[in-house]
Amino acid sequence: MPKSIQDIIVIGGSAGSLPAILNIVDKLPDNFVTPVVIVLHRLRNVVSDMSRILSASQPNFKIHEPEDKERIKQKHIYIAPQNYHLLIEDDKTISLDYSEAVNYSRPSIDVTFESVAHVFADKTTAILLSGANADGAEGAAVIAKAGGTVIIQDPETSDYPAMPMAALEMVRGALVKTPDEIVDFIRQKC
Amino acid sequence: MMNDKREIGEDDLNDILLILKQKYGYDFSNYARASLSRRLDRFMDTAKLNSIYDLKYNLTNSKEFFAFFLQTVTVNVTEMFRDPVFYKTLRERVLPKLASYPIIKIWHAGCATGEEVYSMCILLHEAGLLERSKIYATDINPVNIEKARTGIISLKNMKEFTHNYIQSGGVNDFSQYYTARYENAIIKKELRKNIVFSQHNLVTDQVFNEFQLICCRNVLIYFNKVLQNNVFHLFYDSLAPMGYMALGMKESLLFTDLRFKFETVSNATKIFRRKA
Ligand SMILES: C[S@@+](CC[C@H](N)C(=O)[O-])C[C@H]1O[C@@H](n2cnc3c(N)ncnc32)[C@H](O)[C@@H]1O
Repeated sequence: MPKSIQDIIVIGGSAGSLPAILNIVDKLPDNFVTPVVIVLHRLRNVVSDMSRILSASQPNFKIHEPEDKERIKQKHIYIAPQNYHLLIEDDKTISLDYSEAVNYSRPSIDVTFESVAHVFADKTTAILLSGANADGAEGAAVIAKAGGTVIIQDPETSDYPAMPMAALEMVRGALVKTPDEIVDFIRQKC
Repeated sequence: MMNDKREIGEDDLNDILLILKQKYGYDFSNYARASLSRRLDRFMDTAKLNSIYDLKYNLTNSKEFFAFFLQTVTVNVTEMFRDPVFYKTLRERVLPKLASYPIIKIWHAGCATGEEVYSMCILLHEAGLLERSKIYATDINPVNIEKARTGIISLKNMKEFTHNYIQSGGVNDFSQYYTARYENAIIKKELRKNIVFSQHNLVTDQVFNEFQLICCRNVLIYFNKVLQNNVFHLFYDSLAPMGYMALGMKESLLFTDLRFKFETVSNATKIFRRKA
């Protein structure tokens, strides 16, 4: 039997978030096992190199766009495929969903955050990064309400502060951190 | 807004599933729960219902309400030449093989409002195969089927669809395939003449023909593994030996006991072939 997954990290990012994501993934310690789900806004119908770019920086984890109904595993980093929302089922498998865009986005960060909150509740750590819209704010609030940890990139350090600011307004008790502090926080977790 | 989310609980969800099944014969119990719950939440918004009780009450007591439910609850989003690389692979690797059949029978299961089917007809036309093709396009949602029959697409999407078409390897002037009228584009009738649209529920309905190609894209993601496997059996039984099966780009054969009875034609675009 594969180890059952207890906790999860979800990262949401939009415009200007790629450096922070690369930094986080790059610095994950070798003994880090918690699965990570990344939802990043991208262009539609453009074949993307995200998983290749990230894999190059981090050989210790399996980094990929999941297929439908894949089981979430330790030491795996999942990137929401473009054009699909990424949802989590109660049995900790991934469901993809091709329904309407939310906040003009598919994948939408709100959709994944809410779904993760439903399954992982207080075992969730959500990280919301730079972006030019308000996606992720409501989802982050749902995660906080479920007892999870919400970390928001310090708007001062964000190329596009709109997304962090929107979340700051909605989420009570969120931690505000610079990209380096986020990395430290994750490293302390293991 | 999402703030006053109801998050339908397990028990309520099961009640609703029971009503749908017993009263109307629609079994959604093996749909993937995460997206089904979202659809129900969304339906409650659309129908302006304030409580789960209202939902149950209306479903129990009104056929018209159920019809509205059915047409709203499924995810009907689709595009022409969606995932251009998929259509490119069809052009280059599948259609040349289909060309050897005197009659080519194709099934689009879960065709939504028809965009995928029209795209197929354009490919067949360009390969000189349309005249001897028969295309069966089915969906659970009768409103989708009605819309698909009209051949009408909103003109505002055509720029994107044209772009997809070119990326799929299309070299013709895309506008020759439709007539623009006000806000709409109507797909030329000659292209649509060999399509038969009808309602078919993948959960309960049976094999109805034998096909050289089955396209079922972005439908299985809404099902759990049990239902996915049932549907793969239905497809296997509906395919001619060496017939092709095309899935959505992120759908896989991993969760079916039939996976060894298919060979992979293209893993990147999820095209498989029934072994003889
Ligand atoms: C997202 S659309 C996919 C459309 C198209 N194949 C594409 O990939 O663009 C999903 C379709 O599956 C249909 N569907 C859902 N459940 C079904 C069932 N049990 N039987 C047949 N069709 C179903 C829905 O009505 C909807 O039209």
